Amino acid sequence: MTDAAVHAVDTDQQARVRLSGREICKSFGPAQVLFDVSIDLRAGEVHALLGENGAGKSTLVKILSGYHQPTSGELILDGAPVEFADSEIGENHGVILIHQELNLAEQLTVEENIFLGREIKRGWFLDKAAMRAEAKKLLDQLQCDVDPRTRIKDLAVSDRQMVEIAKALSKNADILILDEPTAVLTGREVDILFDQVKRLREQGVAILYISHKLDEIKAIADRVTVLRDGRLITSEPVADLEKDDMARLMVGRDIKQMFPDRAPVEASDVALSVRDVSVEGQVRDASFDLRRGEVLGFAGIVGAGRTALMEAIIGLRERTSGEIKRNGNTVSINSLQDAKKCRIAYLTKDRKGSGLLLNMDMRPNLTLLALEKFGSVIIDRKAEEAALANAIEAFDIRAADPKTKVGDFSGGNQQKLLLAKVMETDPEIVIIDEPTRGIDIGTKSQIYHFIGDLTKRGKSVILLSSEMPEMLGLSDRIAVMAAGRITGILEGNDRNEHEIMRHATGISGKQGVSVHE
Amino acid sequence: MSSLERTEASTSSGFNIDFKALGPFLALVGLFILGTGINDAFLSGGNLSNIFTRAAFIGIIAVGATFVITAGGIDLSVGSMAAFISGAMIVVMNTLVATLGAGVETVLIGILVSVLLGIAAGAVNGLVSTKGKIEAFIVTLGTMGIYRSLVTYMADGGTLSLDFDVRGVYRPVYYGDLLGIPVPVIVFFAVAVAGYVLLNMTPFGRKCFAIGSNEQVARYSAIHVDRVKTLTYIIQGLCVSVATIIYVPRLGSASSSTGVLWELEAIAAVIIGGTMLKGGYGRIWGTVIGAIMLTTIGNILNLTDAISNYLNGAVQGLIIIVAVFLQRGDWRRKKSK
Repeated sequence: MTDAAVHAVDTDQQARVRLSGREICKSFGPAQVLFDVSIDLRAGEVHALLGENGAGKSTLVKILSGYHQPTSGELILDGAPVEFADSEIGENHGVILIHQELNLAEQLTVEENIFLGREIKRGWFLDKAAMRAEAKKLLDQLQCDVDPRTRIKDLAVSDRQMVEIAKALSKNADILILDEPTAVLTGREVDILFDQVKRLREQGVAILYISHKLDEIKAIADRVTVLRDGRLITSEPVADLEKDDMARLMVGRDIKQMFPDRAPVEASDVALSVRDVSVEGQVRDASFDLRRGEVLGFAGIVGAGRTALMEAIIGLRERTSGEIKRNGNTVSINSLQDAKKCRIAYLTKDRKGSGLLLNMDMRPNLTLLALEKFGSVIIDRKAEEAALANAIEAFDIRAADPKTKVGDFSGGNQQKLLLAKVMETDPEIVIIDEPTRGIDIGTKSQIYHFIGDLTKRGKSVILLSSEMPEMLGLSDRIAVMAAGRITGILEGNDRNEHEIMRHATGISGKQGVSVHE
Repeated sequence: MSSLERTEASTSSGFNIDFKALGPFLALVGLFILGTGINDAFLSGGNLSNIFTRAAFIGIIAVGATFVITAGGIDLSVGSMAAFISGAMIVVMNTLVATLGAGVETVLIGILVSVLLGIAAGAVNGLVSTKGKIEAFIVTLGTMGIYRSLVTYMADGGTLSLDFDVRGVYRPVYYGDLLGIPVPVIVFFAVAVAGYVLLNMTPFGRKCFAIGSNEQVARYSAIHVDRVKTLTYIIQGLCVSVATIIYVPRLGSASSSTGVLWELEAIAAVIIGGTMLKGGYGRIWGTVIGAIMLTTIGNILNLTDAISNYLNGAVQGLIIIVAVFLQRGDWRRKKSK
């Protein structure tokens, strides 16, 4: 090869297609989930894959990386047809998929995970020093301040994500597929991730990036491919599309109104009153009033104590002090059972870990929290079936077969089912923690409207969310927490991103003083 | 159509036997055909009644084990618990002969003692593992040793024998029959029906499933996890008690070798029946069939010279592994690849 030819390849790298899927179809049994989808991943390009839950994104990337085999269609790597019989072969070709549910061995350390199955050895023995040094180098590259000797189970989810990326880097990934990497990351961590993605792009890595977040796609991607119902809708440069266009292409219709209309609520009609609640090391003297029919948002950075406060209110966490009143009467809540009696319900943010029984179908999941309603001695299966039919209707749960295990549901359907499960207890107060994590925009809007409907029926909602648009779009008032204290309750014109950030970082707001009006 | 859920599980179509539900039953039918082929005496009323009567001990204990295992626990102490309860029953009844005589009252008090001890022993296993937050495997490994050595201590290293006159009164509980069906078989059936109703049709059973599949989810669903788990061990203790109530009149004695390895046979019956060892899914009828299968294997080996009876354990072991392999269904997936 002449020098000129080498140069030509270099300058042409932007357009060089590394991995393509050609007319990929995929069926599981009689159900076809992908229809003739083609996609090109180019070196040095961040390619975003956009689509609603169930659009086929995950199936497509699993085919591209060898976890699934296409029913028809082919993969082309650097111009030649290739078959990835399993993910290991894909990885050997430099194609690495980082799953949405991270695949790390919880009991092993960071360094052991990074080199799992590819341990560096000296003779017959592991060369731990070399692995530690290498792991440290990779983590430093990612500006991730984690000791390689830490066990995965002791790491925050965001750090685990970084470890996954470090692992991929150590495998010399030159085609990297990220399945919703930012679903569990905080703002600062997202910035670091983006820096890494950009760095990898400059190195000529081909990156496929799955996300629901249109802002992110605008910020990071060069090209976007939209899937809907298993079909390719479009594939074009991000610069040519506005966010609204992307949303419309993805959903297939205009989302007229993302958030429900809010009606004013009576300030004096207090459904839940919390006074001076403290939790050892997590919350100090938190006080607030929840008005009937309102959505009270709780904002704050991760670790500000929001979840701890809510768990203390519903009896899942021990309170060191404080008083809780329902409709003006002091109540004693020391367990979730007590909270249920006081008609307070809690929607966990951890759908899979503490919300739903993934190995079961919908019916037992729906009725589990309100089981006594379905018979004290023998469970009335007909009543359960009827409740399920109602829930499917009311919350628009889309499952082809009611016998499907909920673990196989999309995040959106799981969230709807979880909401239905909690509503079976007919609560007056619903505490919702991260209602739309990892959920597509169409389903998100549906869930927002469900929440709006709850308040129209006189129920009160406490909303914990790390998504600012959701916080601002849904909440009537917003309580902000920082370092275990409520630093302010914002209403009216103060209800804006700037004020929230000022209070969340402790720049403004009352410090150490309980705030209620 | 559009964004409906599609899954591999729900869509596997065509010729497909549900091995999870039917597997143990088909295997039992197979065993019966094999037994008949080997020896005509296999299907005789006497032999069948013998199989079911013997299956009753392990079967009744295994029904209890189904609850424990479904709720994500394990109880290794049932064999020693059975020995301990048998021993205590015999000691109590023998002592009562002096005051109450060898009558029905003595036997009834013996039975009451058995029930109370069963509940107490189960409660110990349950409370120590839940309140003490110690894994059930370890707790019941400990109580297994404790109950075993208690019976050895009571028997002073030898054998505790039931008073001969009491044996006469108590005898019909094992050797009696109702409409030609042996009492143990009737009790076994009754325990199984009660177990089925409790596990599959009541809120308690539903909670066992929930805890076994994900304890955290159960906790967030306002279930008293510790209480339900403790209750499963108490049910297990009660089942052990019922089994010993039938067992004592059969042998009329208890020693340190009573009930050895029963825990493993009970767990084997549960697993062969399709209950998942890691919890979250349990089947009482599977357990019943599992217990009958284990006894049938021993019976067939007795009726044939082809395989030595001493290899009973080996054949049972093989059946357990094959049963679980078939239930997993992995072999089918591999074929289709």
